[in-house]
Amino acid sequence: MGNAKVIAKGNFKIKPDMQKIFKAMLPVIGILVGALAGSLVILAKGVNPVHAYAALMEGAVGSMDNFASSLIKTIPLGLTGLAVVISYRAGIFNIGAEGQLQIAAIAVTLIGTQIRGLGPVLHILLCLLAAALAGGVCALLPGIAKAYKGFNEIVITMLFNYIAILFVGFMVQGPMKMKNQYYPQSAPLFPSAKLPYIIPHTRLHAGIILLIIISIVTYLVLFKTAFGFKIRAVGFNQRAALYGGIDSRRVMVVAMVISGAVAGVAGGVEIMGVHGRLIENFSPGYGYDAIAVALLADLHPIWLLLSAFFFGALRNGASSMQISTGVPVSFVYIIQALAVLFVVGSTGVPRFIKKVRRARKNA
Amino acid sequence: MTAVLKMEGITKRFSRVTANDDVTIELQKGEIHALLGENGAGKSTLMNCLYGMYQPDEGSIYVNGEKVNIRNSEDAIKHGIGMVHQHFMLISQLTVTENIILGLKSRREPLLDLKNAEKEIQKLSDQYRFDVDPRALIKDLPVGIQQRVEIMKVLYRKADILILDEATAVLTPQEVEELFKVVRQLAKEGKSIFMIVHKLEEVMEVCDTVTVLRDGKLVGNVKVSETSTRELAKMMVGREVILDCDKKPCEPKEVALTVKDLVVTNKHGKNVVNGVSFDIRKGEILGIAGVDGNGQIELSEAITGLSGYKSGKILVNGEEVPHHNTRNFIEKNVSHIPQDRQHTGLVMEFNIKENLVLQKFCDEPFCRFGILNQRMIQTHAEELIHRFNIKTAGTDVETNTLSGGNQQKVILAREISRNPEILVAVQPTRGLDIGATEFVRKQILEQRDKGAAVLLVSTELDEILSLSDRIAIIHKGKFMGVVVNGEVTIEEIGLMMAGIKKAS
Amino acid sequence: MLDQILHVVLSTTFFESSLRLATPLILAVMGGILSERSGVLNLGMEGMMLMGAFFGFAGSYFTGSPWLGLLCAVIGAMILGFIHAFSCISLGLNQVVVAVAVNILGLGLTSSLLRTLFGASTSQLKSAGFKPWEIPFLSNIPVIGTIFFKQTVLVYIGLLLIPLTWWVFYKTTWGLKIRAVGEYPRAADTMGVNVTKVRYLCVLYSSIMGGLGGASLSIAGLNTFVDNITAGRGFIAFSAIIFGKFNPLGAAAGAFIFGIADSLQLNIQALGIKIPYQIPLMFPYILTLIVLFAVGAGSSPKNWGVPYNPDGE
Repeated sequence: MGNAKVIAKGNFKIKPDMQKIFKAMLPVIGILVGALAGSLVILAKGVNPVHAYAALMEGAVGSMDNFASSLIKTIPLGLTGLAVVISYRAGIFNIGAEGQLQIAAIAVTLIGTQIRGLGPVLHILLCLLAAALAGGVCALLPGIAKAYKGFNEIVITMLFNYIAILFVGFMVQGPMKMKNQYYPQSAPLFPSAKLPYIIPHTRLHAGIILLIIISIVTYLVLFKTAFGFKIRAVGFNQRAALYGGIDSRRVMVVAMVISGAVAGVAGGVEIMGVHGRLIENFSPGYGYDAIAVALLADLHPIWLLLSAFFFGALRNGASSMQISTGVPVSFVYIIQALAVLFVVGSTGVPRFIKKVRRARKNA
Repeated sequence: MTAVLKMEGITKRFSRVTANDDVTIELQKGEIHALLGENGAGKSTLMNCLYGMYQPDEGSIYVNGEKVNIRNSEDAIKHGIGMVHQHFMLISQLTVTENIILGLKSRREPLLDLKNAEKEIQKLSDQYRFDVDPRALIKDLPVGIQQRVEIMKVLYRKADILILDEATAVLTPQEVEELFKVVRQLAKEGKSIFMIVHKLEEVMEVCDTVTVLRDGKLVGNVKVSETSTRELAKMMVGREVILDCDKKPCEPKEVALTVKDLVVTNKHGKNVVNGVSFDIRKGEILGIAGVDGNGQIELSEAITGLSGYKSGKILVNGEEVPHHNTRNFIEKNVSHIPQDRQHTGLVMEFNIKENLVLQKFCDEPFCRFGILNQRMIQTHAEELIHRFNIKTAGTDVETNTLSGGNQQKVILAREISRNPEILVAVQPTRGLDIGATEFVRKQILEQRDKGAAVLLVSTELDEILSLSDRIAIIHKGKFMGVVVNGEVTIEEIGLMMAGIKKAS
Repeated sequence: MLDQILHVVLSTTFFESSLRLATPLILAVMGGILSERSGVLNLGMEGMMLMGAFFGFAGSYFTGSPWLGLLCAVIGAMILGFIHAFSCISLGLNQVVVAVAVNILGLGLTSSLLRTLFGASTSQLKSAGFKPWEIPFLSNIPVIGTIFFKQTVLVYIGLLLIPLTWWVFYKTTWGLKIRAVGEYPRAADTMGVNVTKVRYLCVLYSSIMGGLGGASLSIAGLNTFVDNITAGRGFIAFSAIIFGKFNPLGAAAGAFIFGIADSLQLNIQALGIKIPYQIPLMFPYILTLIVLFAVGAGSSPKNWGVPYNPDGE
């Protein structure tokens, strides 16, 4: 699991004799640290943290219904998380997942509401294709700008996110608005374009199967194929990859486009499986959570599923917690941020301790 | 008489390596004291401890008999210690004056006092006949002048103890003479100087005393007048050293590589390779001699596809190769041992077996239908590790756990096992100890004997002289001459390196 | 419609509001540019501005004094500033990852504290705010007086900082140190410059400015706070620095351009022109993107974003 290096690309070494168990436990410890700090916020509200966290757990996994709800939230988190993993492995930071999934949602809604007379398999495939295409196209420009011109892709994708969210709002309240509705929304998708539920009596949709498949495929491609070799080489050392005959810039762009496509699928899946139509703010920031999801999973496509579930459950539980204790949902962000900082930060601590010890000796 | 400087019992460890092991050394006033040793012997580390860049784990430092605590470069400067670094610590976007006054309190703190500083720097430059313009930007200055700015940084701060770290590495033989004149003058003025060298002739020529380090330990301290190069070499290495390679006579065959009128520009548009033409035949080694920074690196990158070029032609076996495409050159069986093994030749975070297939991973037998054949990659790695005697814990360890010499062996193993028709080797023994150096040179000669056309780029003139069949001397991007090894004297080569004489 | 817009644009109120709207950016940029020039990427500016906006609002609300609110804003922003500095400088972590975490933390803290302290509905809350401070005599100059001298104190601070920052960079020893550390920290280290100290000070200073910038959003005009009130201004500030090629004057120009776009967007809405409100809202972001592409990747300090490791290469 030496891939933690990719997370913290500072110029220091990780001791080869660091216990692997400790490394694996890091995300868990990080979450606990985050939870501990989050308790302060809970206390500020005058609530007993133990009650609050109990409510959180109950809401997350306390019943079949709640568990399914958590899984439903896991799906977009996992997909956007995979998008971040794919791009970051190639050395490019896709923060634009949020914008990509928004635009993809528009594309899916159009295909799902304007094209009629298709069987469900074909319609769903077409919608997913549209979502992937839309997301990929959105990621193309920042990818090319970064790879060929050295632009900072973070700023470009960040700005585009804001534009995309506004654009969706414009579409939903304007050209795509369904008449005679109090709340701005698009026309509903045809039933043939909706993802079926896979567990009876729950709203858990087929998107979860898609997530698992894409996760496994990502793992296989990254570690078992020549293309994955190229991506990892470019992500670690662009120049050495170039030396090895790899077209580094093209690989970066392709990885970015694939990343955008997967993020697009996340948006599409949300519309097709959860909402059934296009609405504003259907994403509470999945694209941003994705970054924490990916980092906590050490950028490993399979562990990512666990990480995504953790964040999905956290979100889900937090809404119940807000209802029963009044602690605001946004406090999950605090846990997320601190967990990420802890996991990433712990790689830098050994070096820091050495520095402090030496400074004390010389003073 | 108390020594002006004493370092006693200095020990410094880095994770796995003890770079300095209980080293004690004294410097007298007005003395030019050489620190001699192979790469990795611990000379730079010791001086970095003196200058505050590293903190020794054990030991003490005494300046003029008084124990001092040097925690950083600021402390060192306060005690009158100045260091002229091997890799210049100059900021290219700033001017000479700005570089020299950086870190000093201005007379009109916090306002910069550029005008007065410029005057003082001009005076200093005149005093030593340095010919340095205080207003010039560092990036516009040639390397020899840049070094003078490095020296002026130290003199401006009125250092009494000077450390020169491999100062001659970037100079032509004539510039080295100029430098030695300055060093002698400084010693006469009462300054005490440490010189880190790894060339024995330099020690004999300009130094008074020499301390030899080997594997971090002190192995000898003698007066130069009482020793010889042979004795010093023995101390450096620990055994009798045969400084020449065993070379078979050259039997060149048909032309393998042709370069015509190659022009390469840098990112500022300046011509760094300025119309170079040459051939290399199968079975011969063409060595490119020259001071670092005259275009040889850019040349090697252009002819391996790592960089593009502005105009010219490159032909491999008579066929023109489209430029700026490493894959084309790889497919034409051109192997490249790059100058920078860690940032160009290897992906440090990959494990060894992955690095050993860095160019060939997408071809048979390592890959089929896009899927990697892990077993083939594994056996390939095992075979090369054995054949090239690479010291490693296994095929799956990350490459950054290997020592520098073994990292170079990985690159060598990979490039040579591809049975190249053309081998481009750039600084192949830089930073390696004597054992690894011998190994690498032997391998290069072997390839040449097997019929490869070899281009050797090195700033070590000895290496060029001992390996090459023909020598091209590069200066400011042009070949000053292409000569057969043995038909020209070192002085003439030195003159060509300085751009002074063209071979007739 | 076009002459309606022109009429609006060519008025003094337009320029006056442009300057007012550019101020959060100007403040953020004048701080951020020190961090960037010293070689530390500060993409966490968004979170720092948000903290400044919230704590400025809360401080002013509870004490009734905008000045105390400003102090709270600075403290709030510096919390994130310290986390960012410690993680990037002392721990040597990837500066982009740290920034992302810092921003998320800022969002989480401000949103949570907003609801915890003020309950669910905050749109009606008003705090004490800075009132425009007319500079005697100068404010009576026609046109220029209205635009420049009838603004709040934060605008004046922002304007003063532009030449001041330029002067610090190019005319003082501090500026020389900062520039050296950003270009080649090891060289600066050999000259006795404390790279760590310089970078810490620059990052903390940038967080202070971010706090002021955020406060200028919440307590110098609207006097209220909503979730994510900064809406990406931290990133636009970052873009302005790149646009200005890391030079204070150029970056200020970028901030002004944004201010104009923002003002334009507001005015178009006010005019009741029949464009859906989202389109003008997009202007500032689109403009920033266009400007970024036009300017190019930029001449960043050579060691930008690379942690300095004294023991290694």
